[in-house]
Amino acid sequence: MAQTQSEIRYLTPLSVEVKKKKYCRFKRSGIRYIDYKDPEFLKKFLNEQGKILPRRITGTSLKFQRRVARAVKRARHLALLPYVTDLMK
Amino acid sequence: MKHYETVFILTPVLSEQQMKETVDGFKSVITGNGGEIVNEELWGMRKLAYPIDHKSTGFYTLIEFDAEPDFVERLDTAFRRNEKVLRSLIFRLDKDAHEYAIKRRSLKSAAKAEPETTNEETKED
Repeated sequence: MAQTQSEIRYLTPLSVEVKKKKYCRFKRSGIRYIDYKDPEFLKKFLNEQGKILPRRITGTSLKFQRRVARAVKRARHLALLPYVTDLMK
Repeated sequence: MKHYETVFILTPVLSEQQMKETVDGFKSVITGNGGEIVNEELWGMRKLAYPIDHKSTGFYTLIEFDAEPDFVERLDTAFRRNEKVLRSLIFRLDKDAHEYAIKRRSLKSAAKAEPETTNEETKED
């Protein structure tokens, strides 16, 4: 008998991208001030090259994204964070 | 009297005694012109993230002080004139920053031994 109506079989299981609701971690944890003197925390908002991650990735609100940007730029000014780097931080 | 915070980096080539002298020099500039120093931290020699005029380490100092707005410009020129200072940053603490600074200071003095882990963690020296 011919094969049953051949359903399409994928090589890899189709992973449907479940859309995770992003949230602003600052609003949620009630942090009000982002300290520029704390590079470890700021690194969470930088990618490997040391560039600031966009809001669509981190999901932070506009108000806190500006504060993060200001803190990162101050840290860079004081050489606590590099302007550009290639190594995995 | 507004709250200010300044961080400056001294060249590593200085001897310990010269470094102390320059830091005290700036402190006297602040107190001399009617400012009052609220908190002072010496972070000591730290590796810079990128070389500043061919030096890869620097002596970091943080000073939190209250002063008149027109005084800040004079402090800034003092930083610029002194060639031992590699880099300096002065900024005014707004409401949140000020609260955070107070909390950080109390945290630091209280938890001298174990650093806290939340974002407002103190800088582990």
